[in-house]
Amino acid sequence: MYAPHTQRDIDEMLAAVGVESLDALLAVPEEIALKAKLDVVPALPEYQIARRFERFAEKNAGVGYRSFLGAGSYSHYAPPAIAALAMRGEFLTAYTPYQAEVSQGYLQAIYEWQTYICLLTGMELANASVYDGATALAEAAIMALGATGRNKILVSRAIHPNYRAVLRTYCDGLDVAVDEVPVTENGATDLSALADAVGGKGYAAVALQSPNFFGCVDTLTKDAQAAISSSGTVPVAVVAEALSLAALEPPAAWGAQIVAGEAQSFGVAQAYGGPYAGFIASTKEHMRRIPGRLVGKTVDNAERTAYVLTLQAREQHIRRERATSNICTNQAHCALIATIYLALMGKSGLRDAASLNLARSRELASAVANVDGVTLKFPTPFFNEFVADVGRPAAEVLESLAELGILGGVDLGRFYPEFASCILMTATELTTTADINALAAALDGALNVHAHI
Amino acid sequence: MSTPTSSKTAEPLIFELGQEGRANRYLEEGKALDAFLPEAVVRKDLPLPDNSELDVVRHYTRLSHRTFGIDLGFYPLGSCTMKYNPRVNDAIVAKREFAQLHPFVPDALAQGALQIMYELERSLSSLFGMAAFSLNPSAGAHAELGALLIAKKYFKERGETRRDKVIVPDTAHGTNPASASMCGFKVVSLPSNERGRVGVSEIRSVLGPDTAVCMMTNPNTLGLFEDEIAQIAAAVHEAGGLMYYDGANANAIMGYTRPGDMGFDLMHLNTHKTFTIPHGGGGAGHGPLGVAAHLVDYLPVPVIAAAARANGESGSAASDRLTFKLDFDRPKSIGPLRSFWSNFAHVARALAYLYANGEEGLKRVSQLAVLNANYLRVKVAEFLDTPYPEICRHEFVASAQELKKEHGVRALDIAKALLDHGYMAPTMYFPLIVPECLMVEPTETESKETLDKFVEALHQIVEEAKTNPQALLEAPVTTVVGRVDETRAARQPDLRWRAPQ
Repeated sequence: MYAPHTQRDIDEMLAAVGVESLDALLAVPEEIALKAKLDVVPALPEYQIARRFERFAEKNAGVGYRSFLGAGSYSHYAPPAIAALAMRGEFLTAYTPYQAEVSQGYLQAIYEWQTYICLLTGMELANASVYDGATALAEAAIMALGATGRNKILVSRAIHPNYRAVLRTYCDGLDVAVDEVPVTENGATDLSALADAVGGKGYAAVALQSPNFFGCVDTLTKDAQAAISSSGTVPVAVVAEALSLAALEPPAAWGAQIVAGEAQSFGVAQAYGGPYAGFIASTKEHMRRIPGRLVGKTVDNAERTAYVLTLQAREQHIRRERATSNICTNQAHCALIATIYLALMGKSGLRDAASLNLARSRELASAVANVDGVTLKFPTPFFNEFVADVGRPAAEVLESLAELGILGGVDLGRFYPEFASCILMTATELTTTADINALAAALDGALNVHAHI
Repeated sequence: MSTPTSSKTAEPLIFELGQEGRANRYLEEGKALDAFLPEAVVRKDLPLPDNSELDVVRHYTRLSHRTFGIDLGFYPLGSCTMKYNPRVNDAIVAKREFAQLHPFVPDALAQGALQIMYELERSLSSLFGMAAFSLNPSAGAHAELGALLIAKKYFKERGETRRDKVIVPDTAHGTNPASASMCGFKVVSLPSNERGRVGVSEIRSVLGPDTAVCMMTNPNTLGLFEDEIAQIAAAVHEAGGLMYYDGANANAIMGYTRPGDMGFDLMHLNTHKTFTIPHGGGGAGHGPLGVAAHLVDYLPVPVIAAAARANGESGSAASDRLTFKLDFDRPKSIGPLRSFWSNFAHVARALAYLYANGEEGLKRVSQLAVLNANYLRVKVAEFLDTPYPEICRHEFVASAQELKKEHGVRALDIAKALLDHGYMAPTMYFPLIVPECLMVEPTETESKETLDKFVEALHQIVEEAKTNPQALLEAPVTTVVGRVDETRAARQPDLRWRAPQ
């Protein structure tokens, strides 16, 4: 209970309202009045709430393990200054900045976020955030449906399986078909199949993820860009590991018109999957179709620089059923965290982080490739994750690693039946040589030491 | 009066600060990128600023000073339930075992997180009379989308594809019609009656074999309880449609009635309203999606499944004797709505809030939220028109229509003047059916003293509207900027900083 009322307050207020009791204020028709006994968790004093959650925390043993999990959620260093700033009550307890005059700080921070996303992706504009990477892809597809008037979406099969699943959920609602482009044996999207498919001129969008779900750099060649361009299809880039933008050519360089991404890597806690920070950036021609909030720079009545929510004619609270999207509450606070991360790291820090991810993941790749029975599945350059083929069911191998306190990666068989012997492994700047040696030794033990028969 | 956001010195953009190479040493220095990647894929230019940590800390601290949150003052934003956000909740989710838990950690090693999700899901189901909740959706609008996808799939599987109309009262939140159109439904807007409510006879006039869903908010956005709700639900069900409860205003009903008891088949909650999740300047939110028994199979994946513990390990609560898993094997599910399972940090915060209250405490929350709203309503009615002068629930609407006619002072001007008094403005111009509307929701965490001072300030503003209207047209004057040129922002969109040429 966080209400400050004394009994005297309550009595005086009831008298002012002119009712006898609180029950009289809240009365509802008899036929719908609550009669059931509820089954809600019991009230506890605050110190016991903390103890209860201590107990829950102890049961999340996986946090103490050596982890090589990535696949859309990454463990990166987050300087403590981020939390010190982002958790300030002014930011944390503000609502959407409808009243610009008392929200200039937050509005400016979001304008900075929009700029950071533009600079990183090479796009001309970006929105104030969407829920996460998967919904960013779905909303990008909806932008393309509106822009083209077509009713089919084409996606690479190397896009994060969860993102594709969410895209299908959204597209089912719109009676829009989602088709998939296969992956070559190099672990990248089959661009000739892609070019053939878009040639039919039926697709509103074609989406590629780089680095893709297998960790491989996966971009459009000039030929593929030309095929897409002549088909009138909107090229969409998906970015699930935003730190890769510090190392790899930005999506604008390989022809993307819309970038749908996830910025969790920029200081946002992994937190068992959320909240994260989705973003959508695009070229200017899609400005009026972009979903969600946009912050614009303008002036006040004395010609002073000011920031404000703008182009709201796109939004649900003005347009209702004709809005470009239904999004209202977005992920502002996660976007703020990412903005502060980017400010603290700067160009130098991001370059270092990217370089260390490249270095540690290569160290990991060569260590596991040295284990008998393990091969690296794809030869394509990668950022910080890659696929290791362990030659037997990955799920079983991962289970035996877990018994040794190691989370060896993601079982690809969970999403791709043909890759049931493959593990997606990730190393970041936080992965140590000791972690890598422990994984290699455990893999060797699991694959090559045969217990008694 | 000076407000905490009153420094008029503009803060430069982060891009206008710093010097290249002024790096913070958070990590080791990395090798050149082309040591690891082919030249063709390496990024050549990364045009971001380098700033010292101190300069970054000062920059965002100054921006925080230019931002108004609940922690600075009363925030009576209607339909947004801006109540106090308890700090214990933030301390809990900052714990390493929650903050650093990867979503792909095997279920057996994430039992604590799953138990938190399970306890919240069970508690919400009981509290709102639903068979089950999905914790998947990221916000209220996201849950609306999920619910309408469920409705669409449900009717499709029953062969009732003619059902393509969604009924939305004119007092509904804008997300309702927007969500409906994202599922290919056609929106039928239903006018409220002279009592500010939807009547069963009005509903009957739009019901038919094409009715899919009727979306209602109860209490509605006028703060009024829809007292014919049981009859409305019966009529919609009789016509073969489903009832959807928009839970944005759930803070008004706990312990007195439940959407399930009212006849709703689908609903959402905004834990960032009712259950004290911080709004964070516009999210992240969290929108649990509840369903009645006949729709459980359609919920988004994954859902939390529980089974009895084999080894008999136990604790104080019934849930301590269970083991949990994420269940993806749900053939009738609409599919997932987001990248990973839920906004887990918010799930944990919401559960901590439920523990702080329990059943009796939650009832008390609704009682005092409604008491505060009614107290404000009668006080405000002494000097400002309240178009529905009857017992309200957690919020009420006032109208500045008379002031506009007589003195040229609009709801907007009153709102801006409140900023000068150190208050957040109420929701303005919503619901759309009340001219010059101010929609006020005090929440239960505000004291009588705070409400009295707010009334005093509002009264002073209304008096000023009559004696010196020009002053109000210029408000706010104490804030870091004055009224912002929104037209220019929209006509000449400047959505990002660009490096000077």
